[in-house]
Amino acid sequence: MRQFTYERASSPAEAAAAVAKAPGAKFIAGGTNLLDLMKLEIERPTHLVDVNRIGGIDAIEATADGGLRIGALVRNTALAADARVRKDYAVLSRALLAGASGQLRNKATTAGNLLQRTRCPYFYDPARPCNKRDPGTGCSAIEGFSRNLAVIGVSDACIATHPSDMAIAMRVLDATVETVSPGGQTRSIPIAEFHRLPGDTPQADTTLKGDELITSVTLPKPLGGRHVYRKVRDRASYAFATVSVAAVIAADGKARFAFGGLAHKPWRVEAAEAEFGRGTDAVAEAALAGAKPTKDNAFKLPLVRRTLAAAVA
Amino acid sequence: MPVSFTVNGQATSLTLDPRVTLLDALREHMALTGSKKGCDHGQCGACTVMVNGQRINSCLTLAVMHEGDEVTTIEGLGSPENLHPMQAAFVKHDGFQCGYCTPGQICSSVAVLKEIEAGIPSHVTADLDQVAFSDAEVRERMSGNICRCAAYPNIVAAIRDVHDHA
Repeated sequence: MRQFTYERASSPAEAAAAVAKAPGAKFIAGGTNLLDLMKLEIERPTHLVDVNRIGGIDAIEATADGGLRIGALVRNTALAADARVRKDYAVLSRALLAGASGQLRNKATTAGNLLQRTRCPYFYDPARPCNKRDPGTGCSAIEGFSRNLAVIGVSDACIATHPSDMAIAMRVLDATVETVSPGGQTRSIPIAEFHRLPGDTPQADTTLKGDELITSVTLPKPLGGRHVYRKVRDRASYAFATVSVAAVIAADGKARFAFGGLAHKPWRVEAAEAEFGRGTDAVAEAALAGAKPTKDNAFKLPLVRRTLAAAVA
Repeated sequence: MPVSFTVNGQATSLTLDPRVTLLDALREHMALTGSKKGCDHGQCGACTVMVNGQRINSCLTLAVMHEGDEVTTIEGLGSPENLHPMQAAFVKHDGFQCGYCTPGQICSSVAVLKEIEAGIPSHVTADLDQVAFSDAEVRERMSGNICRCAAYPNIVAAIRDVHDHA
């Protein structure tokens, strides 16, 4: 691990200012992904600003419009187990519980989960070119072992997938990411605009600025309906998604679907949801229009269709 | 930089490089070598300890982040003369072969029983509001602790025994 200096921040704006002041600085909360990457020297921060002691961003509270505000520091275990989340946003509880291990969920935070880096094996291998890790060096995955990588929204520069289960549920629920900047300015980013496609700049996973701190994630008022998170993976527990589906199915037959394991961001095509009356195959066809799989991961297209059918069954 | 926390009930003050993980602080600076370094990347669970009552991977957290925290390691659960019930059950049910993953397995399983008791659901919980002990719950909740000798059936039996006799 490269050397770095360390400080504890006591307010969101102070933390953002501390990161803005030191070139190469990063925030650290749960640390479960950042420290993993620092040990491999894939992440090389010069200064860490510990946000764990900041008060007021570690609770789940009701919002004025009937939704929930989830503090950035709420741990994955606490969020999945919250009585209001279990009752009104079960797809979020289910997605959280489908991810990682008990130990990791006890430490991982709501904000940090959204900021997880890809688990593309080439991103994790410093001996191989990777445009996300070292911009301009090329993509080893496109001609490499790509079984678990993206099938849609890909570019010639990157076919990495976004790894989070939680974010897929946040996307189907239309969550909003609340941030603060060094000057104290706040910003609300709809989850649909938070994660991005790789394009020519795959090094940027999100639209967040480097010194912008997530303070909370808000959920709109409950949608009702049936909530399902269906995850297909290579083993029964503690593995990233090959394909996953977050579904909210209303009593009137309207439905929302978001997909994991397919793209550089949680994949949701609102127009495809209108096809639900014609069956799940019609939804899958519309959601996957324009897919560009590799020979290794073309199996994900029929797998999405089947996973979607199983999710609503 | 200086950091103070409590380990197994004992107040401890150390001066550490910020790069030192909680696991390395325990093993290299406090001679508490019960917690093991397996993968050092949070994938195997051999380093599992409890911090403020919750199980975490001690390899994926910096010691300096734990100012004021209460850490419990395998050494704090029991001693050779006075085993914790979970340690006794692992011996009784032969819940290990080489033993390298065992401290992490035991710390994790003690926490798992508390999590079930607290009503925290898991991926295999059918109704999120009805959390009850079962072998399937134990297998799912223990998936972050890898045993390369594959003592899994005996580990589940040990945890079940402690649950049944609690």
